[in-house]
Amino acid sequence: MLRLEKRPQPSRLWTALTPILAVLATMVAGGLLFAALGKNPVEAIRVIFFDPLFNDQVASFARPQILVKAGPLILIAIGLSMGFRAGIWNIGAEGQYIMGAIFGAAVGLALYPMDHALIFPLMVVAGALGGWLWAMIPAILKIAFRTNEILVSLLLVYVAEQILASAALDLLRNPDGGGFPGSRDLSEWDTASNLELIAGSGMHWGVVTAFIAVIAAYVMLSRHILGVHLRLAGQAPRAARFAGVRPGMVVFLCFTVSGVLAGLAGLFEVTGPAGQISIDFNVGYGFTAIIVAFLGRLNPIGILLAGLLMALTYIGGELAQFMLGLPAAAIQAFQGMLLFFLLALDMLSNYRFRLVTREAV
Amino acid sequence: MTSALLRLSGITKSYPGVRANDDVSFEIAPGEIHALLGENGAGKSTLVKAIYGLVKPDAGQMTLNGERYVPAEPRAARAAGVAMVFQHFSLFEALSVAENVSLGMEDPPPRRRLAARIREVSQAYGLPLEPDRLVGDLSVGGRQRVEIIRCLLQNPRLLIMDEPTSVLTPQEVDTLFTTLRKLSAECTAILYISHKLEEIRALCDAATILRHGKVVGECVPAARSAREMAEMMVGTDLTPPERSETRPGAVMLEARALTLPAATQFATPLREVSFAVRTGEILGIGGVAGNGQDELMAVLTGETRAPAGTLLLGGEDIALAGPSDRRAMGLRTAPEERLGHAAAPDMSLTENMLLTSGAAEGLLSRGFVRWAAAREAAEKVIETFDVRTPGPAVAARALSGGNLQKFVVGREVVQSPPVFVVNQPTWGVDAAAAATIRQALMTLAATGSAVVVVSQDLDELLEIATWFAAMNEGTLSVPRRVATLSLEEIGLMLGGGERPGNGPEAPPDATPPRTQAAEAARAQA
Repeated sequence: MLRLEKRPQPSRLWTALTPILAVLATMVAGGLLFAALGKNPVEAIRVIFFDPLFNDQVASFARPQILVKAGPLILIAIGLSMGFRAGIWNIGAEGQYIMGAIFGAAVGLALYPMDHALIFPLMVVAGALGGWLWAMIPAILKIAFRTNEILVSLLLVYVAEQILASAALDLLRNPDGGGFPGSRDLSEWDTASNLELIAGSGMHWGVVTAFIAVIAAYVMLSRHILGVHLRLAGQAPRAARFAGVRPGMVVFLCFTVSGVLAGLAGLFEVTGPAGQISIDFNVGYGFTAIIVAFLGRLNPIGILLAGLLMALTYIGGELAQFMLGLPAAAIQAFQGMLLFFLLALDMLSNYRFRLVTREAV
Repeated sequence: MTSALLRLSGITKSYPGVRANDDVSFEIAPGEIHALLGENGAGKSTLVKAIYGLVKPDAGQMTLNGERYVPAEPRAARAAGVAMVFQHFSLFEALSVAENVSLGMEDPPPRRRLAARIREVSQAYGLPLEPDRLVGDLSVGGRQRVEIIRCLLQNPRLLIMDEPTSVLTPQEVDTLFTTLRKLSAECTAILYISHKLEEIRALCDAATILRHGKVVGECVPAARSAREMAEMMVGTDLTPPERSETRPGAVMLEARALTLPAATQFATPLREVSFAVRTGEILGIGGVAGNGQDELMAVLTGETRAPAGTLLLGGEDIALAGPSDRRAMGLRTAPEERLGHAAAPDMSLTENMLLTSGAAEGLLSRGFVRWAAAREAAEKVIETFDVRTPGPAVAARALSGGNLQKFVVGREVVQSPPVFVVNQPTWGVDAAAAATIRQALMTLAATGSAVVVVSQDLDELLEIATWFAAMNEGTLSVPRRVATLSLEEIGLMLGGGERPGNGPEAPPDATPPRTQAAEAARAQA
């Protein structure tokens, strides 16, 4: 008989091993899914995981795209992971991402068509501010009235989407756009555009910021007392209060970091890859980043790898759609499996199986 | 020897890394009150769990009334006539006594018949219980009665009691003992687990002593001294803590008519709590659990803020200061709950140092953790307090309760804080570790600290404290000098008979600190 037994302390080996196992299990289960859809499973897995990186025909296009997709995912996930470690559940990064984009773009558009070196930095600051302000709504409601931050932050995403629609159709609409919805194309305006820093690399300011965020988060979590306090607040709230960590402060801090980073991601996206404020320029990065944060086990380095992996499945998934005709829903199911297997296998780091022989009575 | 009710032979049970029971054999005769003695981790609970069918031994046999006894689950044990009262009650507070009792029965009789039975049995055994009362309204002693009555309704032949007196007042203990003797006279055997040796000497007919899972001795408790039994348990000679007389100095920690409404419906409000502790003194605060000790403790640690001006540290108002500020000012604390309150379970001991130590102790520089220094500090605590652990990198939850307790108390004591407040310093800690901790507290006071010990263990308070006060329904009695107290007076204080103002030595208008000073003067005269 197999029995689950709690380990005295979490196994480091399994903590490192489970993400790899989860990816392998996803490949197997995903392969079965694709086979059931009548596709060659080996080929489908190859198209999703290997072609974007190593196929000569598509890699030159796909590799930079991986960075472009991974940048915002990593940036947002790093912010979210701080809160998740502290038991503060900001589910509304998508909303903060949208508001960051709107604030940043609005500042830039207000100054159009001036040309000044400070315009782009100013937009970056405005983007961060937009994300921060939107994140402060659930934070302050939680601190002052103990509202549930999960519900408030999530529902504010839909409010942000309405504001985005109104901005695209009315407030920020391109006056020279012939009445079409959407703002001016910021990526065409050199002063405010977030272009590739090295041509053909996919590396733009958002990706650079994401890497900086990874390093800063790593240093903070492993070296700074704030990191210890965040983990303490998440693992043992009573012990945190005993240690003198103020719960309100933790909420404020976590929403500040995640709001600012989500806002920045929105600004870099709207000035670069998306180019303009449009009704649906947001593509759910704020939600996918939640998966990325957990896939990376809330560890900055893990999030970096998870963000790259997630971006790979996006690009590979698109590739599989037009090369093999796989339905988009199958790709989404495939990504869902990844999170499912990760959470299921997660148990192995805290528990172990033991073979128990039933003794004769 | 066919007369034995329960006979254990060669019971062995291993868990990964530990042999909890190793070839344990003993017998209990019908009607015998048999004590099971041992340090924490000696294997007492594993053994009784095996008898109650919660744990299946790896080897060994049990016979009950001469027949092979292999309980697969507690239900089988109950059917065979074995009942158990656990240390932690399993009662629903929102249900009545009768409802709680019926939930634990295999096929409960109709409610009215059951209520009558409860009344009848509880009267017969001197444990009066009202079947319609909500369990939530009962005292801890009352709740224990519910558990006992629940067992007695099954007419058990063997009743197992796990540390039953740890939550009772001396008077309640006397009532319980009367009941147990009556049961014993009616031929119900009792397996009694306790670490209170004097109680065992007063109550039990025989004792089996466990150490590291093995039986190391059997004795007739009344024929041995408590010290002899403790030494058998621990395996070494015990030295009682040394009490060194230090002249009390200035008042370090003072509460002035501290009143605080209850934060939740289950909390106890604090009512005009006043005390003063001087350097070189230990104030022991006793009382039955749930009378406001936790709330008082939260106010002292700084997790709950008190009204301004009601709490003073060295003359300065700290009522509104947070835990970190208080630590910086010299007030260190160790709460009762080790895992999750005094220490974070999943963090290493090194990380747990950072809960109460920071820049002032050299563990932080500009907010960055100096991990090497933190590790050294943890190692110092481990070494000074003999914490048994492979090293400071081990997660707190991997330590046994006693070892973690030594760590969380030691973490504060090594800093030699001017004021130290500790709740239940030796709760669930084995005799040797308890002696270490008590000695550390007394040494701390002797070297000029003011110490407050909140504990439910009266013997402990009387052993180490200079002053004793009792909490009852959120009030604190006037502190009295331990040397001048009799057991009856303590019982009265615990029961609330001696509230501030109506104590025999406190004039109604006197503020407690003055009373205390007056009393100190009298004691010295």
